[in-house]
Amino acid sequence: MPLQPGVSDNGTRGISPRVVRGPPYAAADARGEFLHGVAAELPLLLGVVPFGMIYGVLAARAGLTRMTAQAASALVFAGSSQFVMTQLVAGAASGLVIVLSIAAINARHALYSASVAPYLAHLSAAWKALLAYLLTDEAYAVSIGHLQADGPRAKRHFFLLGAGLTLWASWQVSTAFGLFIGARLPSAWSLEFTLPLMFIALVVPQVKDRAGLVAALLAGGVAVAAQGMPLGLGVLLAAMVGILAGTALGKRPA
Amino acid sequence: MNIWVVLAAGGLATYLTRLSFIALAHRGTPPEWVARPLGFVPTAVLSALILPAVVTPQGSLEFDMAMPRVLAAAAAVVVAWRTRSVLLTLVVGMGVLWLATALLAP
Repeated sequence: MPLQPGVSDNGTRGISPRVVRGPPYAAADARGEFLHGVAAELPLLLGVVPFGMIYGVLAARAGLTRMTAQAASALVFAGSSQFVMTQLVAGAASGLVIVLSIAAINARHALYSASVAPYLAHLSAAWKALLAYLLTDEAYAVSIGHLQADGPRAKRHFFLLGAGLTLWASWQVSTAFGLFIGARLPSAWSLEFTLPLMFIALVVPQVKDRAGLVAALLAGGVAVAAQGMPLGLGVLLAAMVGILAGTALGKRPA
Repeated sequence: MNIWVVLAAGGLATYLTRLSFIALAHRGTPPEWVARPLGFVPTAVLSALILPAVVTPQGSLEFDMAMPRVLAAAAAVVVAWRTRSVLLTLVVGMGVLWLATALLAP
């Protein structure tokens, strides 16, 4: 796939004069931002696609119809909560328990929402509504560093749009693959491990001082220790502890 | 409860969570007491997702020892720190994972 920011499909517009912000984000126009967002998301698909296929397989085994399992990927659109949902459906849990579980597991998205909000404040209500729908772990992870970076910010939301739509499409397609074809990828490849590796690649550059390091280590440690907590609330608790510790210790790592 | 009601309610709850602060935010620079904690959000949340996935993965069909994943993650941290390259981090991390899995296999 050619990624040439500023070059139109029919080649008439030529190369945009508004470029050159230095690597890795060279474009400041909408099309360039969008394509960079798509490109930034692509490596994560190595982990997301097997994850989505496994979800499809497990959802079918749990007795969800193909239509409901696929609808969950579109309506809820949050991997780990969909896995827990299939377990609860298989275990014949009550509807209320399932809804509360989904809400609790996805509560961490409020932190993402707060984190990107200042960079989307200038947008219309329709843009905000769309980008909120696309605000997953993976889209947030690749976009936040770019949203925070120096330089012209007017078109940065197209980066989040590109990353978010890429993830959305691959999640829907991989769910369908799991439902209809089954997971054929050899599990010995451990491709799902590429996701934590990607998060490592994105987090490490964010850690710039002692406060950031303490925030990362504390959040990670608490998350492991709090894994027994119900409804995945350990992640939320761990993130809050890390944020508070970092804030108490040092300057904002911006 | 009908499964469609469950999906709609779960989806709505998730969506409203994602929309919450985006909808509330207004133009202008947020005050320092808001901006400072927000600066630590990516580091803290992603770290809270990384470490459990390394030590005790979920949503996976395989069950193997934690040691290869710990070694792979440690190598990935070093590569990410020295090179800042996403691709190299991925390649070295998966390489160490496969190598360690093969060598440490019982």
